[in-house]
Amino acid sequence: MRTIRFLVRKEFLQIVRDRGTMAQLLFIPFVQLLVLSNAATFAIRDTRVAIVDQDRTPASAALRARLEGGRQFMVERVTSSVVSAERDLIQRRASMIVHIPPRFEEDLTRGSAAPVQVSVNAEEGAVAGLIAGYAQQIIADFASDRAAAFPLAVRMVGDDDAPVVMTATPNPARPGPLGVRFRTWFNATRNYKHYMVPAILVSLVTIIGTLVTAQNIARERELGTLEQLNVTPLRSIDFIAGKLIPAWITAMALFVIGLVAGWLLFGVPMRGPLWVVVLGAGVYLTVALGIGLFISAITHTQQQTMFVSFFLLMVYLLMSGMYTPIESMPSWAQWVSAGTPVRHFVTVMRTVLVRGGGIEATWREIAGLAVAGVAVLAISAGAYRKTTA
Amino acid sequence: MTGPSPRAAGAAASASAHPAIDAVGLTRRFGLFTAVDAITFHVAPGEVFGFLGANGAGKTTAMRILTGLLAPSAGSATVAGFSVATEAREIRRNIGYMSQKFSLYDDLTVRENIDFYGGIYGLDDATIAERRELLLDRLGLASRARALVGTLPLGWKQQLAFSVALLHEPRVVFLDEPTGGVDPITRRRFWELIYETAAAGTAVLVTTHYLDEAEYCDRLSIMVDGRIAAMGTPEDVRRDAGVATLDELFLRLMRPGAAA
Repeated sequence: MRTIRFLVRKEFLQIVRDRGTMAQLLFIPFVQLLVLSNAATFAIRDTRVAIVDQDRTPASAALRARLEGGRQFMVERVTSSVVSAERDLIQRRASMIVHIPPRFEEDLTRGSAAPVQVSVNAEEGAVAGLIAGYAQQIIADFASDRAAAFPLAVRMVGDDDAPVVMTATPNPARPGPLGVRFRTWFNATRNYKHYMVPAILVSLVTIIGTLVTAQNIARERELGTLEQLNVTPLRSIDFIAGKLIPAWITAMALFVIGLVAGWLLFGVPMRGPLWVVVLGAGVYLTVALGIGLFISAITHTQQQTMFVSFFLLMVYLLMSGMYTPIESMPSWAQWVSAGTPVRHFVTVMRTVLVRGGGIEATWREIAGLAVAGVAVLAISAGAYRKTTA
Repeated sequence: MTGPSPRAAGAAASASAHPAIDAVGLTRRFGLFTAVDAITFHVAPGEVFGFLGANGAGKTTAMRILTGLLAPSAGSATVAGFSVATEAREIRRNIGYMSQKFSLYDDLTVRENIDFYGGIYGLDDATIAERRELLLDRLGLASRARALVGTLPLGWKQQLAFSVALLHEPRVVFLDEPTGGVDPITRRRFWELIYETAAAGTAVLVTTHYLDEAEYCDRLSIMVDGRIAAMGTPEDVRRDAGVATLDELFLRLMRPGAAA
């Protein structure tokens, strides 16, 4: 215990003294949290749209106004010519065309089908889906306000060789009281920041924690101080603990400060008991930092350490379900995902913060992480050998 | 260069029954390359033993085996009475080591470095404080105790590193080219520290490139291609080889084909 205390004190002295590390630990993460939380959002605003209005009636004008009214769309051009609108799409002056055909108002008032076509540039699939979804919702709202039905055709315009996908979407809002309504649970306003801020925070503590621990030992190896420690009676397990504890405390502090910042600045909800999140973070960071220690035990230079760390972190973060839904991965990838510790911690975070779940909803993940933590530390202590065979 | 005053060579070395270092047929291979080839030697407590040889002759490898950093491929050795093969941790309690690479923390102060290594060796606070003050006095560093080690001149750093390696009063101390890159005055001062240490009964094994330094050793060995080509007191080695200076012998041994 006593030797661990000396190691921990030394690490903190070094952290505090090194401006680079301090910046890496404190300043950069918060700038990233602030910037990325605002930049990395799935919400799409101000999509430029070309409207082909071949009706030119109060009804078509009302629909145009509806499209223009929200923050999602910016009307680039209103034209009667399909050809010029398509040219806008091809030349990327617009990402979407809304085609209101002739006799739109007449069909509406007569109660017969008044078709509207939406064409979306589908070069970026996810974006196109979102844009089409927004348009669909706006048009459906418009239809239900008028108690009218009109078939909506959504056309995805792919790049050169991609097939054009035609989707005839029946309007959920039928005339009369019967209509399908969508309601989102837990994140009623679908605020993406509530979703992204925790994800970014988890990414940051994972990256920083892993890199700082891995780099720290690699640096001592390069400087020769590691060899000096290796000729002392210091035990591997004490050494691992002495490296883990300061990094763990630092990463935890970073996490808690980040969480508070997310709550104050972005209104990230905290519906469940906070201690469960903190417990989950504590256990998770033991795993993440343990992996950093393991990397440094099996590599020889800072360069190798960086390379291996980055490779692993990429897999981690992309497979974690933070940025892409796990459900949409192929089954083998879902298996890989289940093996990444960060995924389980993200589950804990979202369960507690957004859904308001407590320990009863998260103990499986936390217990799993605890088992992984013990295993990783045991492997690291074993891999860190003082004597070269 | 004028060396430190000659001392009663081997006075402390002769008596002891338990050698500080006892290596028998010690061998280390890296794949097909044999870095250390069945070397046998011993070092007595209080003896200053020089390890000489060209770069790549196997000095550092031998030292790394004896300090428990590298496992031997064959042969056996004891250090401070403990086996390198099975009692590495006991050895580590009883040795000091100063490598070619400077091994104190540049971003810690003199005092913090001393306290850190004292703590790692399990010394209690009172002992650390006491030995720290003695050490600072001896090196004349008391006024610089709060200076970052990175700001000290190299000569001082090396003396400090040596003193820190002795903090836990080891029975054997290993110095791997301790005086590389420093001026003659500092080297001389460094050798005075080595003599003080040996006089207190600690065995010192030192590798060096400087042949004048070899003359300061009680006994020395010259390694060529992993083997010990000559061993004994500096006088014995010179006489046996029929040369006037170690320099001459060294050059002869290094020349391919002339070693026999």
